[in-house]
Amino acid sequence: MAGYILKRLLSAIPVLFGITVIVFLIMALIPGDPATAILGAYATPENVAKLNRDLGLDKPLAQQYFIWLGNILIGDFGTSFALNRPVLDEVLERFNATLILAGTAFVLCSIFGIVAGVVSAANQYGLGDKAITFVVLLGISIPSFFLGMMMILFFAVNLRMFPVSGMWPIYGARDLSALISHLTLPALALAVVATGVIARLTRSAMLEVLRQDYIRTARAKGVPERGVIWRHALKAAMVAIIPVLGIQAGFVLSGAVYIEIVFQWPGVGRMLVDAILKRDILLVQGGVVFVAACYVIFNIAVDVAQSMLDPRIKT
Amino acid sequence: MIAFLRLLSRNRLALAGGIVMLCVVLLALIAPLLPLADPDVTNTAHRFKTPFTEGALLGTDHLGRDLLARLLWGTRLSLMVGFAAAMIAATIGAAIGIIAGYFGGRTDNLIMRGVDMLMAFPYILLALAIVAALGPGLFNALIAVATVNIPFFARNIRGVTVGIAHREFVDAARLSGMSDARIILTEILPNVVPVIVIAMSTTIGWMILETAGLSFLGLGSQPPQADLGSMLGEARSALITNPYTSVVPGVMILIIVMAINLLGDGVRDALDPRLKSGALSRPMAATLVNRTGPVPEPKGNGLLEVQDLETQFHVKNRVYKAIDGVSLHVKPGECLGIIGESGSGKSVTALSVMGLVASPPGVITGGAVRYDGTDLIGAPYKHLREMRGKNVAYIFQDPLATLHPLYKVGDQLIEAIRSHYSISSAEGRKKAIDLLRAVRIPNPEKRISDYPHEMSGGMRQRVGIAMALANDPDIIIADEPTTALDVTVQAQILALLDDLRKTRGLAIVFITHDFGVVAQLCDRVAVMYAGRIVEEGPTKAILDAPMHPYTARLMACVPELGEGKRRLEAIPGLPPVVDNLPTGCAFAERCHKSQTACRGSDIALVFDTGRAVRCLFPDNPNAEAAQ
Ligand code: SF4
Repeated sequence: MAGYILKRLLSAIPVLFGITVIVFLIMALIPGDPATAILGAYATPENVAKLNRDLGLDKPLAQQYFIWLGNILIGDFGTSFALNRPVLDEVLERFNATLILAGTAFVLCSIFGIVAGVVSAANQYGLGDKAITFVVLLGISIPSFFLGMMMILFFAVNLRMFPVSGMWPIYGARDLSALISHLTLPALALAVVATGVIARLTRSAMLEVLRQDYIRTARAKGVPERGVIWRHALKAAMVAIIPVLGIQAGFVLSGAVYIEIVFQWPGVGRMLVDAILKRDILLVQGGVVFVAACYVIFNIAVDVAQSMLDPRIKT
Repeated sequence: MIAFLRLLSRNRLALAGGIVMLCVVLLALIAPLLPLADPDVTNTAHRFKTPFTEGALLGTDHLGRDLLARLLWGTRLSLMVGFAAAMIAATIGAAIGIIAGYFGGRTDNLIMRGVDMLMAFPYILLALAIVAALGPGLFNALIAVATVNIPFFARNIRGVTVGIAHREFVDAARLSGMSDARIILTEILPNVVPVIVIAMSTTIGWMILETAGLSFLGLGSQPPQADLGSMLGEARSALITNPYTSVVPGVMILIIVMAINLLGDGVRDALDPRLKSGALSRPMAATLVNRTGPVPEPKGNGLLEVQDLETQFHVKNRVYKAIDGVSLHVKPGECLGIIGESGSGKSVTALSVMGLVASPPGVITGGAVRYDGTDLIGAPYKHLREMRGKNVAYIFQDPLATLHPLYKVGDQLIEAIRSHYSISSAEGRKKAIDLLRAVRIPNPEKRISDYPHEMSGGMRQRVGIAMALANDPDIIIADEPTTALDVTVQAQILALLDDLRKTRGLAIVFITHDFGVVAQLCDRVAVMYAGRIVEEGPTKAILDAPMHPYTARLMACVPELGEGKRRLEAIPGLPPVVDNLPTGCAFAERCHKSQTACRGSDIALVFDTGRAVRCLFPDNPNAEAAQ
């Protein structure tokens, strides 16, 4: 197993390398003079020249890339112009908040999605199945930012059950209960779409598995239906579900951008949008590379989980 | 195409989605012709008029602009952008996918590596990076959304192309000297278009959402121009005071995306042949029972008694009579063989006993199955469950498919016991090892933690047998347990079963298509054809002198143990389809002795001195014996 994990980690190196190339190339697309783009139209020529030198933009593209890559590898993502602070510090702080939000949403959507899908498949064409199918359809069709706004309106403004926005109370203790009450609405809003997708997939994977011969074997030996569904069928269905969980984690991370804006959550997504509007290119570059790298690592964890579940995968 | 549309329209949800979508698109198209207020004219004197007020059906926004007009113009913009993004992504993605799939090798490798890299990003990061580089704006948002969706199309289309690129008609085109470009355009493209359509129909909703999302973030359409996303984004600041300004564009997005999703699902279902036949129904815990006729009285024949059993498959409007009035019985310690071609109903008979026929589509429509006198058909599920494995156990064909691939064989054995008795894990382990030893698996202490795929076919089937023995059942129903095995292993397994029967006093019902197996193991045999028993009697008597012409044919074909495969071609013709049986003898089509009388009316199973036969002109056993 350790060998397999190591092998997967090594295989991630070219992917990580590719990510930096792609991000670098996209940034190289910036029309005109990047320094002017960054500093704005009213920048003095001296400032522009200085920035060009700082960024190494007076050198050929390939050389620029390797300088940038070398800096990243030692943890130097440059300095944000708008915030006047090292990019990495800002990203790490913001990523922490995103991780809390997206992580909670991911756990929620995995649990709700799988349970809903299993219940739906086990009662195919029954009332529960139809109800779940309808809710799921609604869930995957509603834009998460709109849902978030409606949740604020209903649960926070009308019912006053939760705070309207933010991660911490402005006054008062920053303890767990404060975090949970601030986290509930955004995490739910973020989880809804992925819950729908996972529920759908779980349902069809379960239906596929339930027709297999080994399910009939389980029934023939007298395993109670609960065990047939939750032990035999779900375990086999997980082989199809786990990769989708990995993909959905990416969607949750993506959706977090909207939710962070709607709920004013101090995460990395809101940071990126602000940075784009302020043309804070280095912050965008650093944030994107950092989050994408984390996502790659996460997907390795998904692969490892898959290999632990399925003994037929050669490790 | 027409068939496709008909299929699509039969799906009511898809139809509803299609109609809604049509209305939305029409409204968006004719928006310029409608008597609407100018969507961009601000009028601060009339800010935040609530809906249904004079002159503003949906109210006005924070700048006093008419919301209805903005909604329709915004919808127009959102649909256009989403559709354009889908088209661009589909075109470029398909081109990349076709090139990678068609040329293969190095090209393929290089392209797919790049695609994988792009897919390693959470999609919005890539979109944000592109917008960051190009600057905010609707057109740039469109490019960003299209770009992040290209890998999805490329990968899908490549997969399909690879499948087509090596088919005969492509090879033929190549040999005839057509250029690659022409082959791609005339041979490959027409075949991948349906896949492109499916992929588009399932992603266009997403693309509308994504562009709306970017606009919502302020990175898409810029004021005063507004799509649905930026309307929602602008309304956000007034969310609490004037929620309707948010609700109007938000609900519109919801309606559009939902309609597209419904339509997309419908398109996929209509184009995916697997779903067409309704094959994706899950079997229920026990076969449905719907007996219309009276339940036969018990006759007290043996331990297990099947009486006039009828099991049917109801598929759409058609009824397949898989078995039609089958009666059998087996005594303790006895082995009964059921023999017939595939489709004769022998497996359905076996599975009906414990309600294991997949349902839907299976329905038991008549007869009774008595275990020790009590009827099991229509018994509550709980009762049936308790008897499964404990009183009547099954051994199935092909243990690779019938053992759970993700559990160790030991755990599957222990579970069989634990489903009926609560025992500790240590006890369970000990019993599992004993069971493996009983079926002569060498080194059971180690084998217990093997997964099924780590064992040989013969060993796996031994596990299958051990599992059937786990709770000391009285009856084992073995459904072609040796068919998937090679001849020597087959013989070993048969010897093992025979041994177990003798030492444990088991009753065995043995389903097979192989007379060699019957000869070796069974005391009595029943021959099935088209869902009915056509001959029954002691094995020796039937082997010596078959009375039914079908039995004679079946025997003539397989003299040797284990060579069952060739038998099918040896009998001329095919068994009749059981949803449309001819009147009279079902075998008449293939029978060399058939006469007009045979096709007249139903032929009864006639009993005589311990044997039974369903034939008007049976071979005379005594005459043949005399020869
Ligand atoms: S009833 Fe007639 S057709 Fe049928 S098996 Fe007997 S002889 Fe042949």
